[in-house]
Amino acid sequence: MESFPILSLVLWLPTLGALALLAVPRDNAELARRIALMVAVLTLLASLALPLGYAPAAAASDGSLALQFVERVPWLPMLGASYSLGIDGVSLWLVMLTTFLLPIVILSTWDSVHKEVRNFQILMLLLATAMIGVFVAMDLLLFYIFWEFTLIPMTLLIGIWGGSNRVFAARKFFLYTFSGSVLMLLAIIGLYVLNREALAAAQPGYPGTLDISAIAANLRSGVFRLDPAMERLLFGAFFLAFAIKVPLWPFHTWLPDAHVEAPTAGSVILAGVLLKLGSYGMIRFNLTLFPEAARWAAPAIAVLAVIGIIYGAIVAFAQTDMKKLVAYSSVSHMGFIVLGIFALNRAGVSGAILQSINHGLSTGALFLIVGVLYERRHTRELAAYGGIWKVMPVYGGITLLVALSSAGLPGLNGFVGEYTIMQGAFLAPELGWPFLGFAVFGVVLAAVYLLRLYQTVFMGELDNPENQGLQDLNRRELVTLAALCVPIVALGLYPAFALGPMQASVADVVNGLANTVAGRIDLLP
Amino acid sequence: MDSIQIPPVDLRLLTPLLIVVSWASLLLLIDVFVIPEGRKKLTGYLAIAGLAVAGLAGIPLWNVSGSTFAGMLVLDRYSLSLTWIFLIAGALSIAIALDYLPRHAIEQGEYYPLIMVAVAGMILMAQGTDLIVLFLGIEVLSITLYILTGFAYPRLTSEEAAMKYLVLGAFAAGFFVYGIALIFGATGTTSLAGIAAYLGRQPFAPQAETLFLAGASLVLIGFSFKVALVPFHMWTPDVYEGSPTPVAAFMSVGTKGAALAALLRFVAFAIEDARPFWLPVLATLAVATMVIGNLGALGQSNVKRMLAYSSIGHAGYILLAIMVAVEGGAEAFLFYMLAYTLTNLGAFGVLIALEQRGEAAWSIDDFGGLYQRRPLLAVAMALFMFSLAGVPPTAGFMAKFFVFTTAYGGGLGWLALVGVLTSAIAAYYYLRVVVKMFMQEPARELRPELSQGLNLEIVIAGVATLILGLLPAPFVLLVERSLSALGGG
Repeated sequence: MESFPILSLVLWLPTLGALALLAVPRDNAELARRIALMVAVLTLLASLALPLGYAPAAAASDGSLALQFVERVPWLPMLGASYSLGIDGVSLWLVMLTTFLLPIVILSTWDSVHKEVRNFQILMLLLATAMIGVFVAMDLLLFYIFWEFTLIPMTLLIGIWGGSNRVFAARKFFLYTFSGSVLMLLAIIGLYVLNREALAAAQPGYPGTLDISAIAANLRSGVFRLDPAMERLLFGAFFLAFAIKVPLWPFHTWLPDAHVEAPTAGSVILAGVLLKLGSYGMIRFNLTLFPEAARWAAPAIAVLAVIGIIYGAIVAFAQTDMKKLVAYSSVSHMGFIVLGIFALNRAGVSGAILQSINHGLSTGALFLIVGVLYERRHTRELAAYGGIWKVMPVYGGITLLVALSSAGLPGLNGFVGEYTIMQGAFLAPELGWPFLGFAVFGVVLAAVYLLRLYQTVFMGELDNPENQGLQDLNRRELVTLAALCVPIVALGLYPAFALGPMQASVADVVNGLANTVAGRIDLLP
Repeated sequence: MDSIQIPPVDLRLLTPLLIVVSWASLLLLIDVFVIPEGRKKLTGYLAIAGLAVAGLAGIPLWNVSGSTFAGMLVLDRYSLSLTWIFLIAGALSIAIALDYLPRHAIEQGEYYPLIMVAVAGMILMAQGTDLIVLFLGIEVLSITLYILTGFAYPRLTSEEAAMKYLVLGAFAAGFFVYGIALIFGATGTTSLAGIAAYLGRQPFAPQAETLFLAGASLVLIGFSFKVALVPFHMWTPDVYEGSPTPVAAFMSVGTKGAALAALLRFVAFAIEDARPFWLPVLATLAVATMVIGNLGALGQSNVKRMLAYSSIGHAGYILLAIMVAVEGGAEAFLFYMLAYTLTNLGAFGVLIALEQRGEAAWSIDDFGGLYQRRPLLAVAMALFMFSLAGVPPTAGFMAKFFVFTTAYGGGLGWLALVGVLTSAIAAYYYLRVVVKMFMQEPARELRPELSQGLNLEIVIAGVATLILGLLPAPFVLLVERSLSALGGG
């Protein structure tokens, strides 16, 4: 396709911005922030071309993915690796989420980052490229490079700008996720070698390919068959990496540490986008490439997801630190997403994608909200607050909206996502109503801990004298939070806007799953 | 045999080697008679120039291949690529020594020609296709290094390192020579092609080959000592720690690389047909080396020792490529060598920048807060650490990817599994250095000194580490199918 390389532009603009920032003097914080903000806004504007130009399309007949905005340049021809970009309905909104959160995060640094500002922005922009790269890379090696590269800037963001225990948290974050992904590297290699051997039997001299879409097509058309044991091993290696990133219970222990110690902007990007790399990976790799193993493992994974939903919610309820509370609520909410993915039907998978966006918006907003209070009072203890609404009415109003969205109030975005996921879980033959029951219980618990948070901080008497003089939101904080509220309301009122473009791709994934089963039944006498 | 045949000699095939050897010999004289005391840096510059000339002289030979000295030496793309890697290693090792030597008051002009002689030994090992020549190369390299490790005379640790290296090196040489003798006894030849022909005349039957296998085992042990494969690695941390840092840097990439290169030729060309014999042996050595090397590095609080253990671990990964050399592993091997050489020399360069006169700054605490004082130096070191750990987008990641891919494709998937798992362990100790530099406060006041030579070396290594990680294709193409003429035939 000889069109304008819009994906490359969106992908590399932040990196170009980071390089430009190198020219800014190290101590000129204001200039660094402005340049970073400008780059982020430009990236957002450029990325607007993606949903505008996106034409929902059915899958190609040969089983390859229905990608758009495709760019392909040979990169390592001897391995069949290429610089291959493209998006489909699964990744479209995740890219948009990233480019949307980026300016918001950078805007928030005016109030929350006070040292080494220039380098903070450089790392943030590099991180943005890496995250967008994960979503748009359509080559296994390229995907892995972006996937692993997210670790370096995020680790440094936590470790340099984090709280008192930041070194421990940064190290734990890096080692946990790095160990999770090395097996994925081996699985990528395995997939590549097996595909090459399978095809070389028919076409001697076949160099192999790392192209995700081509491998998916080979698997679906049956030219490349995996034996069930190998398929499960590969599935497991990919799944482990994604489960740690999501994080799925019991792989979640790095998350509370990382969140509590990370600076506000880091937490927003961590909860908002980084966790979604895991759920994206599950759909793109686990479901698309290994449908049979996905069916085989779905009930067990759904059990873990449900445990995560309940466990995260209960632990969130017990927290006295606001940031920890939000962090554990992430464990619970991400459990919903995994449950939706492994419902293995259209409702479940599209609900999971939608909920990935919703969680990015509401949890990102919650972390910003916690940050607002922390910057003013330098404590996140619930007990230090009470009656805040009286001094910060605008802040209180926005918080209420965001908390209700996170709790799944109808009319706001969280409801749509959770409802669709639960519908999917109920319809899935392997899951059914027990999972639905636990999920509903999880929603109830979410309302409990979020309203408790709200009640303790905003309701009651303003009895702590230190809270008397709190200023309401300044203009910048208002802009950032209001910007997040727009899609929160919009997606709640008119979700078809987001659900529509993803349907063709979701149907493609789900059909792939169904065909495998049908094929298996056909083989029986 | 009626008269002695003088084999035809084609010196053109040995151009880089001859340039290095003669330039080194001349430079020794120039250093003594021309270059005044106190300006010995000039010798260093001349040595770098000599290595550069040798490298340039190799360019026209790219499309030439052939053997000479009755098949004892060969020129092919494999040996030429290695020659360039070794020349780079030599030049960078000289660059980091230019200021190190005077700062530690051990500046002697001989240092630079000696490095050149060592490089000549390495090239000999890359070009040798006869066990005798390989032995000659090992000895030229080793004897030079015995001197270089003790170069920091009268520092006691340096003397100790030299002594240890000498004793163990002589021991290893004994194994090697005895192995050659036994192989000669069994096959009647010491040439790699002759050994291959001997093994190829009938299907391999281990029970009928006791003498040959005993010889081959001894040769493998000799190589294992030089490469520092577990369990023949004990000398490495002590010798690296005691040697002057530029020498340790040179050894970690040079000796290791040359010995691995010769090992590859021996395994892939001479004893390939005896695969049932050497595969389990090398597999065991590789697993032990990857596991013990990386576990050993975990416990080190001394960065120099940590790098010593890490170099042991990396030899284990390289061994994977050697085992599948005929199935494309040779390209992976060359790429890994290049990536590892640049990265490791870069890391040692940073270590040298931190060293003060008369005291070591090798403790991990000395890296504390480096980012605050020398941000660029810290960024460079982080790049080297991530590359050694195999985190993209660095050369180290690409190298590991190539090695694991060829190993998996060659049927050694389980060894690749051990490889990725030990990489996860390795991430821990490399990350510790990064954490120290960026996230913690300095433990004591250190003033890192960056001279021009050192600066240039670190920049070259850093840029190359990134380029090899992002755009490896040209370099892989360069060495692709380098093995087609392996052994020269």
